[in-house]
Amino acid sequence: MRTVRTLLAATTLATGTLGAQTIAITNATVHPVSGPRLENATVLISGGTIAAVGTNVAVPAGAQVIDARGKVVTPGLVAAGTQLGIVEVGAVRETRDGSARRADGVAAAFRVWEGFNAASVLLAPARMDGGITTVGVVPGGNMISGQAAVVDLTLADTLVLRRAPAFMVARLGNPQGNGAGSRGDELAKLRAVLADAKAYRTTRARIETGQTRPLAASPADLAALQPVVNGTLPLAIEADNAGDIRNALALAKEFGLRIMIAGGAEAWRVAPQLAAARVPVLAGALSNLPGSFATLGTAQENLARLRAAGVTVAIVGNGPGDEDAFNVRNLRYEAGNAVAYGMTWDDALRAVTLAPAELLGVADKVGSLAPGKDANVVIWSGDPFEYDTRAEHVFVRGQRFTGKTRQQLLTDRYRSGAASY
Amino acid sequence: MRWLVAGIAFATGTAAVHAQSGAAPTSAPAPRPAATPGAGALSLPNADPFPSTYRAPAARPLLIVDATILTGTGTKVERGHVYVRDGKVVSVGPGRPADVAADAEIVDAKGRYVTPGLIDTHSHLGVYPAPGVDALSDGNEATSPSTARVWAEHSVWPQDPQFPRVLAGGVTTLQVLPGSANLIGGRSVVLKIVPSTSVQGMKFPGARHGLKMACGENPKRVYASRGPSTRMGNMAGYRAQWIQAEAYRRRWDGWLAGDRKGDPPSRDLEMETLAEVLRGNILVHNHCYRADEMLQMLDLAKEFGYRIRSFHHGVEAYKLARRMAADSVSGSLWSDWGGFKMEAIDGIRANLSIVHAAGGIAIVHSDDASGAQRLNQDAAKARAAGREAGIDLPDEVLIRWVTWNAAWALGLHDVVGSLEPGKHGDVVLWSGNPFSVYTRADRVWIDGVSRLDRADPAQRWRTDFELGFIPEPPATGGRR
Repeated sequence: MRTVRTLLAATTLATGTLGAQTIAITNATVHPVSGPRLENATVLISGGTIAAVGTNVAVPAGAQVIDARGKVVTPGLVAAGTQLGIVEVGAVRETRDGSARRADGVAAAFRVWEGFNAASVLLAPARMDGGITTVGVVPGGNMISGQAAVVDLTLADTLVLRRAPAFMVARLGNPQGNGAGSRGDELAKLRAVLADAKAYRTTRARIETGQTRPLAASPADLAALQPVVNGTLPLAIEADNAGDIRNALALAKEFGLRIMIAGGAEAWRVAPQLAAARVPVLAGALSNLPGSFATLGTAQENLARLRAAGVTVAIVGNGPGDEDAFNVRNLRYEAGNAVAYGMTWDDALRAVTLAPAELLGVADKVGSLAPGKDANVVIWSGDPFEYDTRAEHVFVRGQRFTGKTRQQLLTDRYRSGAASY
Repeated sequence: MRWLVAGIAFATGTAAVHAQSGAAPTSAPAPRPAATPGAGALSLPNADPFPSTYRAPAARPLLIVDATILTGTGTKVERGHVYVRDGKVVSVGPGRPADVAADAEIVDAKGRYVTPGLIDTHSHLGVYPAPGVDALSDGNEATSPSTARVWAEHSVWPQDPQFPRVLAGGVTTLQVLPGSANLIGGRSVVLKIVPSTSVQGMKFPGARHGLKMACGENPKRVYASRGPSTRMGNMAGYRAQWIQAEAYRRRWDGWLAGDRKGDPPSRDLEMETLAEVLRGNILVHNHCYRADEMLQMLDLAKEFGYRIRSFHHGVEAYKLARRMAADSVSGSLWSDWGGFKMEAIDGIRANLSIVHAAGGIAIVHSDDASGAQRLNQDAAKARAAGREAGIDLPDEVLIRWVTWNAAWALGLHDVVGSLEPGKHGDVVLWSGNPFSVYTRADRVWIDGVSRLDRADPAQRWRTDFELGFIPEPPATGGRR
């Protein structure tokens, strides 16, 4: 494995660290995701990045060795659509920082990560129970909700941005919420905003001197939309209904947007069109209820059917029990349920690791186990999708978590069924 | 006075269900309650004005063989059989029964698991149906802090497409409760999950009503402008109602015990429900999150002489687990909901396990049409957390969290909740271990009647609403 050794040397030089920070996870079943599963394999972590992955990796002297025989090793999971760090207690208003207040429904300039609470008690359970090391932090509300970021769940007590903005968020099929009278009205509003954003580059000087007709959105929001209408920043359009998804596809074509569909309860009904347009879908694996007239076609086979049609999918938790924040950690069980409803196991793992990393524009560093990637690594006691499996070791950028979650502290105190203060 | 006669008939007619309340199977490892709510000696004039019309249709006898059976009594049978005839379990055990009807359907369950039908103690199916439009939103009579007078069954829409989806999760019995907007929300109804034109056709024969009560944030938020707007206001609200109810009960019971000549006391629907609770004929299901509030509700119940059958949600049940066990109050809980409001911030995944280990009656409930489809998975998740806290339990005990214990909370543990001779033939055949994320219910029988067969699309129950509105999906297989 000369390549491996070479890579190792390169990494060592680059970071200038070795010794205590070199960790070898040995004898494991390793799912690199970017390549096939490896048995009795080693993952070598050095200086916060992955130095080597393979079945014939030399463990350097002085490395800390974790014998992972019988264990399963995956990349840290990526939860693409969360409110982690921006909502602490949903019903307590002063702990909510996930949305902007805009009379016109256009909050493109809103950067949700600026309200991120790095001290949130919900980060640790996502990591330690859920094996999640990277999250998309996504704004809500409004017709154009704002800009989402990708955050690494490191041990730091400050926000660790992996990428910001990662994408813009908009909503379709929600005319009442978007201050429109109907779906057509909603589209007309959105088109007007996008058209003004397109024109913004050439009219900017006149806008700043007040020499223009009334605009469909504020200058700050139009400015923030520039990378969207240039096609450089993806626009995640939240839409469930098949007709709304078709409208989103038409809008993307009309304005030259790079879009993703989020929610996508009925996306399976538009699967061939989504595949043809290479538009990915971020969806949950548990939805099967016709909760509204817009989602009568909701089916739990959604993800499997989308994959079968060649659509790229990422699983985002949308099951019961606050999977946006408190229970972000349940992402891995969503993946398991996706398998129960027809997805292949490998596809499901990809849909919670490399696929969302690609959609968020961070696959160069996260979502797979390969030399040069960030050492976001989870050692599982077994199949990561199973309830009886626990995340035994979670590394983010090479650092391992050993602390207790708030929930573990409460459990310790009351384990006997009464208080032990 | 025919209504009076009917009322007394109800009290007698349900004796079969009530008489042995609390008699746990001898093999059950989990502790059983020391006592059960009242004897139900006196009942009310209108005790059963909307009687169940559910009758299981005739079906071939059913013999499932070569199954791993989690019986619900706390035992496991390997390579065993379940034999159901005339809607009732005839035998459960290893091998095959000696005597099987010639026309029995024989189901080979090799490699698969069999359990009793799952039971959800907390559902809003039918009262908050899908689609969730205002016109169908019938779960909270949020017009007054106490609405003991309303009955959930009068809101149930039998064509709710959530019913067949929950059935497909292996659930055969559920309790539909009014919502938690009110201090006292009204009567619940227990249903079998079967297609029916009427709610009466789904009502579990002989099941008692429950009473929904709610603590904490919800009532004080809903009534903030007119009161109660505080927790102390909530408590005063319950007490005022029980004071009235006790006077009403005495008035009526005195009249019923007398010569019954002359006019009876005036009827009051609100008070009738509460008086039935005081008589022990209606079981109290109390939505309550925080430990300190649950402990106050236990004192309140003591003050007025009623029992709380189950605390619902109880994200802090683990803080009073020993007390709940001592008082025989079950906990209808989630594995890990929490954090969404202030009274839920102390939710922990080991909640169910701690309640169980303290000797209490732990129940996985849903309060959610999606969660109801995976009660078994929720139990598995909670067990794993318990294991990390040093509490482990085998599959055959864990299954009780979603079967026998839930049946106990509904007062139906003598007729459902385990596979034992004489009990209802409510049976689920799982594709594998029900505590695996990959497992699905292959078949479901209710009273020996096949209600779901995943391999047979013709058997798929589509509610009236679904016809035309909801596309018939192509059948797709799972992993197994």
